[in-house]
Amino acid sequence: MSDLAYGFIALDLMPMLAGVLAALCCGLLGNHLVLRQQSLMGDAISHAVLPGLVLAFLVGGTINPAYMFLGAGASAIVTVVLIQLVRRLGRVEPGAAMGVIFSVLFALGVFLLEQGNARAVDLDASCVLYGNLESLSLHWTPADTWDAFLSKATLEQIPRQIWTLLGMTGASIVFMVLFFKELRISAFDPGISTAQGINASAIQFLLMVFVAAAAVASFEAVGSILVIAMLICPAATARLLTDRMGSQILVSALAALGASVGGYFLSANAPESLVHGGSVNAAGMMAVIGGVLLVLTIIASPRHGIVARAVHRQKLSRRIAMEDLLTTLYRAREAGAPHHASGMPAVARAKSSGLVTAKNGALSLTERGLADASAIIRRHRLWEGYLVDRAGLLPDHVHAVAETLEHLDSPSPNETDAPHGDQHGKPIPPAS
Amino acid sequence: MNAAPPTTSALAQRPEHSEESPLSVHAMTVAYDRKPVLWDIDYDAPSEALVAIVGPNGAGKSTMIKACLGLIPKASGTVEFWGQAHKRARSRIGYVPQRESVDWDFPVSALDVVCMGRYRKIGWCRPVSRAHKRVALECLERVGMADFAKRQISQLSGGQQQRVFLARALAQESDLYFMDEPFAGVDAATERAIIAVLRDLRAEGKTVIVVHHDLQTVPEYFDHALLLNMRVVAAGPVEHVFTQENLHKTYGGRLTLLSEAAEAIARRDRGG
Repeated sequence: MSDLAYGFIALDLMPMLAGVLAALCCGLLGNHLVLRQQSLMGDAISHAVLPGLVLAFLVGGTINPAYMFLGAGASAIVTVVLIQLVRRLGRVEPGAAMGVIFSVLFALGVFLLEQGNARAVDLDASCVLYGNLESLSLHWTPADTWDAFLSKATLEQIPRQIWTLLGMTGASIVFMVLFFKELRISAFDPGISTAQGINASAIQFLLMVFVAAAAVASFEAVGSILVIAMLICPAATARLLTDRMGSQILVSALAALGASVGGYFLSANAPESLVHGGSVNAAGMMAVIGGVLLVLTIIASPRHGIVARAVHRQKLSRRIAMEDLLTTLYRAREAGAPHHASGMPAVARAKSSGLVTAKNGALSLTERGLADASAIIRRHRLWEGYLVDRAGLLPDHVHAVAETLEHLDSPSPNETDAPHGDQHGKPIPPAS
Repeated sequence: MNAAPPTTSALAQRPEHSEESPLSVHAMTVAYDRKPVLWDIDYDAPSEALVAIVGPNGAGKSTMIKACLGLIPKASGTVEFWGQAHKRARSRIGYVPQRESVDWDFPVSALDVVCMGRYRKIGWCRPVSRAHKRVALECLERVGMADFAKRQISQLSGGQQQRVFLARALAQESDLYFMDEPFAGVDAATERAIIAVLRDLRAEGKTVIVVHHDLQTVPEYFDHALLLNMRVVAAGPVEHVFTQENLHKTYGGRLTLLSEAAEAIARRDRGG
């Protein structure tokens, strides 16, 4: 095994694996929170499990996964119930109820941490936030030849947190595959779901239990910041890129993988000049990359992105400017007056696409330009007739409306829809 | 406990609670936050009929449907379907909720939504098989939406969305349907498509109970009417219960609605 490979395996493999598994697990479950518009609930639960964890630790005396899952599960249930209670009794909106409950429970957890004897061990407040990824390599000393590495001894060295995360990720995938249909219907239409016997509240509750368990499994290694980021960012990114639930889930898994692997390498190879005092927190960097991916998608998503919408608007306004130029020239030609217009970008474009020619500064329509202009004028005048004859508008009110409608691609009226012809006595060009 | 509670069969022996009746509501009261919304509702729906539930805003029309389906708790009373509790009759009951009740940006296609009507038949934790998809596609065809099967639902118009909901109800292959304002805000083509499907369902021997807002079309579209305003004002065949007096009791002094209804009644009398 080369030094480079050994260095990676010995130092980076375990922390990176923990980050990837935590990101994957939370990223996948996050889809169902985003679809239910309950991302805040994930935030709430991942904070509110802290007092349960600390209590489990105090009771168990050591970090015992079974106690921790029980404690966190109990806190998750208490959280959901308390949120409902505050909503109903306090008559506040759901967001406010969640905000109150999770901040109070998190504070309670921090208080318990400070008070209890938990202080001496690796349960401390900053570990809860940022995790302890780097420590996963401490007791991991794999063999340096491939033959010796691929043995049972190596397996036995893998830290407990990795096994927990692996189990949790596997369980989440099984849950989401098995209950794909039930999760879909209960999120989309809880009414018909429950009426058919698929109890939407029960499914919702099951989902919350999984989110709480994922938060517990992840928190020790990666901390709650990464949990919250991964519950929201990958799913929200995928939501903007897809329009089917299945593909959304796959894309969110890719986004979670990209954010965790990318974040890890960036933190490991951060330039010295950017790092003040030591190293960059890997979990924090993964969360940042998750956020960056989301921002990039918001900007560049092919259908919903800011750029795509701006380009679409730009194209539309160019087309409208061109159509307005053509109709202006058509009306000028009808009135027998030459039209002088220059400097407008639409004029240059119309000339280069052969719709308009210029002679001594006066613009006129070419044969193709005339055909295009007639079609638009025809739509305009038929819409005016239609608005008066069928919609009962006054003749002097219809021009502005028709000015908008003439640019639409949808079918326009024909002569039978506007039996009285043009409202201002102008001829309606025949259909080409 | 010496007196046994009335059993299903005891209820079924009462003439108005027969096993023939697709829906029997007895002494049902529903309250939100201790404020009653429905008081002491007694109602038996006929089989093979189109039934309109009409009443002013806040009369409890949607609440009645949801309480029958067990979606909101009842304060008291019983609801039976063919003499059975809802749990046992579930697969024979279809439901079309209000269109606004769901998120139409949800990442599913029209066909996916219609397949949801098959989920009970498919069973827990199983994927949607090709045979079920074929049935769903046929249901989309029946409402004239087969060409839109692959569209994401946000790209459909309001009327098309309503037809997708109707197709989903058809996919449930039920004997009794509850529909919450299927005609609200739809275009004329959709309204015709919906009423054609409703008539087909009746011809197949099914009962459809529809929350309906447009008093004018009640006599034309429906056989039976349930006039509701927290209590049942009147219920029965449209020609018996759809009278000026009953409507006045239901709607109070809302004149515009009453004059619309008067027109409808006059038209029915002329027609009949």
